[in-house]
Amino acid sequence: MQLARVIGTVVATVKNDSLRHRKLLVVQSLNKDLAPQGKPLVAVDAAGAGIGELVFWCRGKEASFPFKREDTPTDCTIVGIVDSESHVSRE
Amino acid sequence: MIIARIIGTVVSTQKDERLEGKKLLIVRPINLDGSDTSGYVVAVDTVGAGFHERVLVVAGSSARLAQNMKDTPVDAAVVGVIDTVDIMTPEK
Repeated sequence: MQLARVIGTVVATVKNDSLRHRKLLVVQSLNKDLAPQGKPLVAVDAAGAGIGELVFWCRGKEASFPFKREDTPTDCTIVGIVDSESHVSRE
Repeated sequence: MIIARIIGTVVSTQKDERLEGKKLLIVRPINLDGSDTSGYVVAVDTVGAGFHERVLVVAGSSARLAQNMKDTPVDAAVVGVIDTVDIMTPEK
């Protein structure tokens, strides 16, 4: 899992039926100093996150586990919201 | 998932039978501002997307979790047509 900042939203009316009712957010991954790292990705939201929030997300097939497991095509899912930046402790 | 633009199609007559009836598209990942990046992916269409549309592409084993894709040998699928992308402007 990786830390990321929610930086935007995506609207897609025409989508695969198994993504119906799912909220799509743009996330920018962060390094351990919470600086942007890599390209932004589109994530499905499983935690109720909003724009500007610090979150962590899960990649790969496991990204579908918060939903109907064999039925949600996502490789990037927000699985938790970090309480605040000061709650990220690092060396 | 990544945002990509459809830049072409692939026609293949001889293919795995589980891919029969599936449309194959060439998609190029794009940046949030709409500019092209390098590279491309051949992805299976699950939504009826058209040429030059901005789409959502899911990669890896999750690609076959899309509806009508069960047990198909694919690692990239177009799962949505993007209407809008809204990006927060940094406030710092």
